[in-house]
Amino acid sequence: MSEVIALTDIRRVFTMGDQQFEALKGVSYSISAGEFVAIMGASGSGKSTCMNILGCLDRPTSGQYLLDGLDVGAMNTNQLADIRNKKLGFVFQGFNLLARTPAVENVELPLVYAGLHSRERREKALAAMQQVGLAGKENNHPSQLSGGQQQRVAIARALVNNPAVILADEPTGNLDSSTTAEIMSLFTTLNKQGITIIMVTHEHDVAAYAGRQITFRDGNIIGDTK
Amino acid sequence: MDFLQTVKIALRALRTNKMRSFLTMLGIIIGIASVIAMMAVGSGASYVISQQIASIGSNIILVIPGSTTSGGLRTGSGGAQTLTSDDVKAIMAECPSVDLASGTVRSSGQVVYGNMNWSTVIMGGTPELFEIREWGIANGRGITQQDVDGAVKVCLLGQTVADNLFGSADPVGNIVRIKKIPFTVIGVLERKGQSPQGTDQDDTLFVPLRTAQRNLVRSQHTNNVGALIVKAKSKELLTKAEEEINSLLNQRHRITGGKEPDFSTRNLSEILAVAEQSSKAMSLLLGAVASISLIVGGIGIMNIMLVSVTERTREIGIRMAIGAKKNDILLQFMTEAVLLTMLGGLIGIALGAGGAMVVSRMLEWPTLISFQSISIAFVFSGAVGIFFGFYPARKAAGLNPIDALRYE
Ligand SMILES: Nc1ncnc2c1ncn2[C@@H]1O[C@H](COP(=O)(O)OP(=O)(O)O)[C@@H](O)[C@H]1O
Ligand SMILES: [Mg+2]
Repeated sequence: MSEVIALTDIRRVFTMGDQQFEALKGVSYSISAGEFVAIMGASGSGKSTCMNILGCLDRPTSGQYLLDGLDVGAMNTNQLADIRNKKLGFVFQGFNLLARTPAVENVELPLVYAGLHSRERREKALAAMQQVGLAGKENNHPSQLSGGQQQRVAIARALVNNPAVILADEPTGNLDSSTTAEIMSLFTTLNKQGITIIMVTHEHDVAAYAGRQITFRDGNIIGDTK
Repeated sequence: MDFLQTVKIALRALRTNKMRSFLTMLGIIIGIASVIAMMAVGSGASYVISQQIASIGSNIILVIPGSTTSGGLRTGSGGAQTLTSDDVKAIMAECPSVDLASGTVRSSGQVVYGNMNWSTVIMGGTPELFEIREWGIANGRGITQQDVDGAVKVCLLGQTVADNLFGSADPVGNIVRIKKIPFTVIGVLERKGQSPQGTDQDDTLFVPLRTAQRNLVRSQHTNNVGALIVKAKSKELLTKAEEEINSLLNQRHRITGGKEPDFSTRNLSEILAVAEQSSKAMSLLLGAVASISLIVGGIGIMNIMLVSVTERTREIGIRMAIGAKKNDILLQFMTEAVLLTMLGGLIGIALGAGGAMVVSRMLEWPTLISFQSISIAFVFSGAVGIFFGFYPARKAAGLNPIDALRYE
């Protein structure tokens, strides 16, 4: 299978005043298309830092990151925005939906920045909402949806652009256990449809839904079930 | 991202904080409204002035006795009487750029008809006077050369005089007494309105020049005239005509070397220039008031936009994470600012126009709302949005997506 993500010796050093902190200390791994990977580790071990780099929201201090064969390190901010828009889908712990905006318009948002016309946007957004089991909730505002439903909207938004990878940082962190199970089975279904998913979690039962677990500790990988 | 979508997003953002958006716009609304209202009243005023100037007649040169003083002109009435009917004839004959000339004398006094009496300005003039001043007869006939030559005791009434002595009745053919001398009314002049100095030009009675010289003004020589009114052949020849008159009269009055002339000339373009200057000063003042109020309004916009950027840091982070470029964010906040100011501008234009209309109704003062002033106001309000929206928008666009997403 082709590699969607290839990280080679990724380091990330944060500088605060005269203090330096190395959050990632030379991380290397690759992920193939169609995988469902859980990234595990204690709080502060560097999971989110690594996800931000994968998501092209942050740049590594050193090391190489190939996304779908493209060297992300060589790109400028506008190109990175394009990559985020076309190749990546984000699911956050706090859902991060736009308040006072109907669910369907939240889902459409990536397509707005992709420059699609409104009819095409609406079509794709409705299909994505169907896919996550939210048909009929199109016009609800986030405040009129449960936590699980809000996370489904976020997943639909991540799906709508047909990305190469969906990146989810603690997607069930704010959800109760039954809703967690719903969201995880949705992820499993999507993965079975061929979508690559990388998910950060520190809960073992959540990580168990994934086919592969990578474990971080203090900025290093200490385990990979591949 | 298409522009329509940007506008839609901006409108939604403004709608979610309706009261705040309105209060933010208020500065612009008040600024633009006052500018529009003042411009309307101001151009109404300059319209009135230009009408009044036009009412004097076109291409006109006045020749008045006495020399110029630094403060302006001497009126010559009661002053030295240095101009004569012969000067008028000479000007007509010898100044090629002159079309028409008329001597005038001016007096004032009681005019009596039956038991009505009216105190007014009495002018003596020749038929040319009415041609020069482009002043037609509303009723009856005008003064003829025969009336002048024969010093016939006839008179023409201005509308105000006619109204006050005769009411709605026809004055023509009736006898009025001017300074106790009976005159036959031969006609009534058309309405002229106010002069640039604000006097009622229709509050005047005209008699043939020689009649006035003989019967109504006291002077040593009945040939004297109070002032000359001259019409140049064209606007271009106005200055030339003035030069010709000056040199002719200098010669006739034997003004040589350092001797101060005993007359002076004024042409209409000078009056126009003064009026133009005052209207320029007026628009400069309006412009200053406008820019101050717009700057104040603009600062309000900037302030609120900065607050809005801070409040919506997370939203900005979300948008960036899913693919918004710096320019998309910049454009979004700029659009919001410009929509705020343009909307404020539109409301201000409507309010200002309404206010001007109320003023013109209540004070019976003409107001002129030009398309130009409306479009300038509109463009200006947009420009204020661009100017004061840029800094907050750039701040938004410069946010780091990770920090923005983490912002609580
Ligand atoms: N912007 C930053 N500046 C300084 N230190 C940071 C920054 N982001 C993360 N860190 C540090 O890097 C380490 C890893 O953080 P993170 O990747 O968020 O951990 P987690 O595995 O809990 O997601 C932490 O010690 C954190 O304090
Ligand atoms: Mg984390």
